[in-house]
Amino acid sequence: MTPLVFAAVAVAGGIGAACRFWLDSIITARARIAYPLGTSIINVSGSFALGVLTGAAAGSLVSSSLALIVGTGFLGGYTTFSTASVETVRLVQQGRWLAGLVNGIGMLLLAVAAAALGLWLGSLL
Amino acid sequence: MAHHGPPLHLQWRFIALIAVGGAIGTALRAGLGTALATDGFPVATFSVNLAGAFGLGMLLEALVRFGNDTGHRRVLRLGLGTGFFGGFTTYSSFAVETAGFLTRGDDGLAVGYALGTVVAGALATVLGVMAGATLHRRRARRGRAA
Repeated sequence: MTPLVFAAVAVAGGIGAACRFWLDSIITARARIAYPLGTSIINVSGSFALGVLTGAAAGSLVSSSLALIVGTGFLGGYTTFSTASVETVRLVQQGRWLAGLVNGIGMLLLAVAAAALGLWLGSLL
Repeated sequence: MAHHGPPLHLQWRFIALIAVGGAIGTALRAGLGTALATDGFPVATFSVNLAGAFGLGMLLEALVRFGNDTGHRRVLRLGLGTGFFGGFTTYSSFAVETAGFLTRGDDGLAVGYALGTVVAGALATVLGVMAGATLHRRRARRGRAA
């Protein structure tokens, strides 16, 4: 990774984090259920997008620098594991075991399925 | 929770704060990803996610115990929590790595990595919450002694 690409990865990660905050705030303000829906939507959509990008990069349609900036940078900053984990633990602490299980395992299954679909679609490009 | 002015996600200084924290977290993750690159088990993603799950649990628990989400506590929550730890950890790489193992027929590795990350991540968060509570208790005790 050249210094310039590394700097671009960092900036893209900052933009991704800001997009996550903005989208999560909008979803949380509109959601009528006491469930951290924003993080799930962000993580599943970001996993799908990284799947498409990774699939396309394997076919050398996308340069490795662009894959790093958009994938490791933007999508890495956009999606988050730490918030998902904290939200799962909070649901369990509140005695909401089912919601905690859905947030932990349900999000995992959806994100992996979305990533697999993305990898397949990306490889077709 | 009362706050003044427009909602937080429409205040540019908070968005900028999160972007700066996210850029630093992402740079650290990218650096570790290069240093810990492996062909098999994704050590780098696993490590940053566990460390970040611990760190965010500790930060948020300590902040809640110290007081309302105002002033420097809000700056820390958004800059360090949403920005830094959010950017440091990643779900997309985790999901794509798992899907990649499944595509290759490495089902055991996929299930072990996926469940290992989620379960160990939750345990790391619980430990972080306990550490945050301890941090607050110690500070409070020192405050009373002073």
